[in-house]
Amino acid sequence: MSIEQVDRLVDVAALERLRQSIIEKRNPFQLRLRICNGTGCLASGADEVTAAFEAELTRRGLSAEINLVKSGCHGFCEKGPLVVVEPQETFYQRVKPEHVPAIVAATLDGKIVEELLYVDPATGERILHEQEVPFYRGQTRLVFGSNGTIDPTQIEDYIAIGGYSALAKALTQMSTAEIIDEVKRSGLRGRGGGGFPTGVKWESCRRADGDIKYVVCNADEGDPGAYMDRSLLEGTPHAVLEGMIIGAHAIGAHEGYIYVRNEYPLAVSNARRAIEQAMAYGLLGKDILGSGFDFKVSINRGGGAFVCGESSALMASLEGQVGEPRAKYVHTVEKGLWDRPTCLNNVETWANVPLIINRGADWYNQIGTEKSKGTKIFSLVGKVNNTGLVEVPMGIPLRDIIFDIGGGILDGKKFKAVQTGGPSGGFIPESLLHLPVDFDRLTEAGSMMGSGAMIVMDEGTCMVNMAKFFIDFLEEESCGKCVPCREGIDRMGEVLERITTGKGRMEDLELLEALADTLRLGSLCALGSTAANPVLTSLRYFRDEYIAHVVDKKCPAGECQALIQYSIISEKCTGCMVCVRECPSHAVTGKRREPAVIDLAVCSKCGVCYDVCRFDAVKRA
Amino acid sequence: MKSVTVWVDGNTSVEVIEPKDSRAVHLTVDGKLIRTTPGKSLLEAVWNRPGIGNIPALCYHPIVQSYGACRLCTVEVEEQGRTRFVASCLYPAKEGLVVRTDTDRVRQLRKGVLELLLARCPEVKVIQDLAIEYGIEKPRFALGVQDCILCGLCVRTCRENIGRSAISLVNRGIFREVAAPFYAYELGDGCVGCGDCVYVCPTGALKLGPDGKPVLPKVHIPRPAAEGLLR
Amino acid sequence: MAAEMDSEKVQGILERHSERVNAIIDGYEGRKDLMISLLQDVQAEFNYVPRDAMVQISQRLDVPLSQVFSIATFFKAFNLTPRGRHLITVCDGTACHVRGGLRLIDKLDRDLGLTPGGTTEDGRFTLETVRCLGACALGPLMVIDGKYHGQMSSNKLDRTLRSYT
Repeated sequence: MSIEQVDRLVDVAALERLRQSIIEKRNPFQLRLRICNGTGCLASGADEVTAAFEAELTRRGLSAEINLVKSGCHGFCEKGPLVVVEPQETFYQRVKPEHVPAIVAATLDGKIVEELLYVDPATGERILHEQEVPFYRGQTRLVFGSNGTIDPTQIEDYIAIGGYSALAKALTQMSTAEIIDEVKRSGLRGRGGGGFPTGVKWESCRRADGDIKYVVCNADEGDPGAYMDRSLLEGTPHAVLEGMIIGAHAIGAHEGYIYVRNEYPLAVSNARRAIEQAMAYGLLGKDILGSGFDFKVSINRGGGAFVCGESSALMASLEGQVGEPRAKYVHTVEKGLWDRPTCLNNVETWANVPLIINRGADWYNQIGTEKSKGTKIFSLVGKVNNTGLVEVPMGIPLRDIIFDIGGGILDGKKFKAVQTGGPSGGFIPESLLHLPVDFDRLTEAGSMMGSGAMIVMDEGTCMVNMAKFFIDFLEEESCGKCVPCREGIDRMGEVLERITTGKGRMEDLELLEALADTLRLGSLCALGSTAANPVLTSLRYFRDEYIAHVVDKKCPAGECQALIQYSIISEKCTGCMVCVRECPSHAVTGKRREPAVIDLAVCSKCGVCYDVCRFDAVKRA
Repeated sequence: MKSVTVWVDGNTSVEVIEPKDSRAVHLTVDGKLIRTTPGKSLLEAVWNRPGIGNIPALCYHPIVQSYGACRLCTVEVEEQGRTRFVASCLYPAKEGLVVRTDTDRVRQLRKGVLELLLARCPEVKVIQDLAIEYGIEKPRFALGVQDCILCGLCVRTCRENIGRSAISLVNRGIFREVAAPFYAYELGDGCVGCGDCVYVCPTGALKLGPDGKPVLPKVHIPRPAAEGLLR
Repeated sequence: MAAEMDSEKVQGILERHSERVNAIIDGYEGRKDLMISLLQDVQAEFNYVPRDAMVQISQRLDVPLSQVFSIATFFKAFNLTPRGRHLITVCDGTACHVRGGLRLIDKLDRDLGLTPGGTTEDGRFTLETVRCLGACALGPLMVIDGKYHGQMSSNKLDRTLRSYT
């Protein structure tokens, strides 16, 4: 991890000279292979693919001719590992080590490995370039754009694409008031969930009394299903740092923290390396770019607690204490970390800042809706064809994200609901898919933008069971300090357990609503006050499903184990015996070429038979 | 200089001539104007003033810092035309604030919280009494067997007043409990046996043991992960 | 005589442990605010947070032991008991849940008697669940000793576990 000795950039001109020299050294016709090394692709084997490329290039003695770039996440994680060949921009997907020699050979000959191209499921055509893939075509990649093109461990890569020019501008051409004004006029709102206007927060923090102030980057992305912050910090750590330096300068802070989940090791190491490199160039530390402004950043690893996404809990944890929230009747911008004015923004928010400073508020606030400006990165996951990270302009209808970019529902099933905002958000039914992504419109529907998880559910998903999933999650994550949250969520779980096991009563639905009120009005922090949203939205839009569980003792989606039974459809069963062999409880019996039979007295309802049957001969009802 | 009528308690009002440089804060609690010093919370402002406001509180005690855990002291405040619910033990008294401590909505919220507390601790007298006051006959949940409501008063007084931190709140969520390090059943050297924790406990969950040291509340929930701590 | 040697041996091990913990604490220059990172490093070193390490941290950083214990029990990242040779982490985040993450947990219970937080009798595996590892496209997701295994199925699980002894 040692950094080569580099010259400190003494002023803005030195930064520009460095940028020119990096660009001049690069040949635009250079063959480059960009291999996605984001966590998603690594999980699909990108490290083996990278090693295979290295070996192949060494074997052919081509290491100098072809550059290998281990880039950050490209977003289309479903199809990983992803490889892009430059300068042609050929886009290969699901690449395996055995494909490597063919890719290298084809690249040298100016040819294409046809079978690794993406096939558009709608037209059946092979697609050559990344941006022509429907998943990317509908996106506007402003913040996330450079994620897949640069090597996040090389600050020079970031500088080559204009990195730190916003910082240079902010330090030399703008007053701190102008910076804050620019951010205010841009309309940027916090991307971590609350949607609070960023510029207003900065201004309050600047005005707060105190000589020592802090800026903090919230990278404790605990929202299950959301991973855009991780990908940004992994893939473009310098954009996050640049945003923080600009913010600190505007507010008057000289110390910053990045609070990041320990479950994100790659994000931790890339961010750490980015800090070291920025220090070496004098973009962090004393007298940044000769401006006289000092700022240092350290990384603090979280201990795995969803509640630490809440600002006061996060700050308690930064102080080395239990991550317990406190009442925020005095805001953290006035009394935050160690009771000093603290400005906390999330990763994506910080990463938006350089863009706004460089291109101006007037350009930025043309994107989006009246009150939600710019773009938002969503993680589109669940029962959708094209899973991955998606950056879209605010205001785009949910339907476009799920069906155009996401390519619709897996296995041709029917859409049922999309969950936005994680455990604090809610379910949005098909009848509201026209809703634009906009802070206020999603809140009106009973959900919220949240940090940007978008979990798609199909007809096979039971909404009561999903509501219970979120309540179970929050029960584990509640800090336990205040009574409504600690006891109320636990009791909601008790009631939902009754309903999903067929012991529910109609009064239980009212009881859930009463508990929701206690949680919303009585809880100490946002974890508790929003905890009931998944339950409330499922009750609001899918009440029939609750009634089916309570009155008919049936789970229409076939998910609640206590309310379903498995049986074999004799006409469809071929007697292949797979289910007989696989059943862990030995409840399925039968002979070859004769229909199998399930003994319901022995059946543990694990669903293995249903999963393994290739003839749709197992019925779940 | 101006003269104002302020209430000392529920039955007594006095005329006060306010000097120009007075830093006193005036707020209206259930229609009665009261005068308090800056920095006090709403609950502290009405503490020891019988007849002003109806605010139950279990996790509050004047000898330690407010914590805001039980939420029973929730009241409605009106500020710049906006009404909201706040925990009165933490909300700072501000000039001109209008506070309502006993509205239907406030009572409804306290009733909800009390039902949860009663379900957790059905045998605790102070909770039973409050439940009756708020019209709860029987909780609609499975009944627990706890005495401790996790108000943290014992932990706070041990840390803030005695300076020992012999006990702390451990685990999180529904598994939270008051414990000594490593769940030691006998409080070791950390405890000086002052009995302060027993004195502040609102539910009687902490009792003085034969050795003069407190017996920690019995917890009847399984402890996650930490059972059988090894070296 | 033999017993004496054993106790000497134990003493030696404990001393070496304590040196390792001290070395970690040294790296933090007395900074109490980095307590969570410090505990994480201790856990990385020993595979769990030993009781003696907590006592040592409390003494050297001058933080009440009860507070160290609170932190160690509050955050999910910390284990206070040793874990198995291989750590299986099954993601039960929303995306993996929707795609059947729970079935993997059920199967581990059925086949190995392994429940979340538990360790197999032979000390081979410890199972933990985590709410979202941020690799949602690959759900259901499982991580063994830091290596990601995506799009897991019952069959694939059997095959995968075989390579860990």
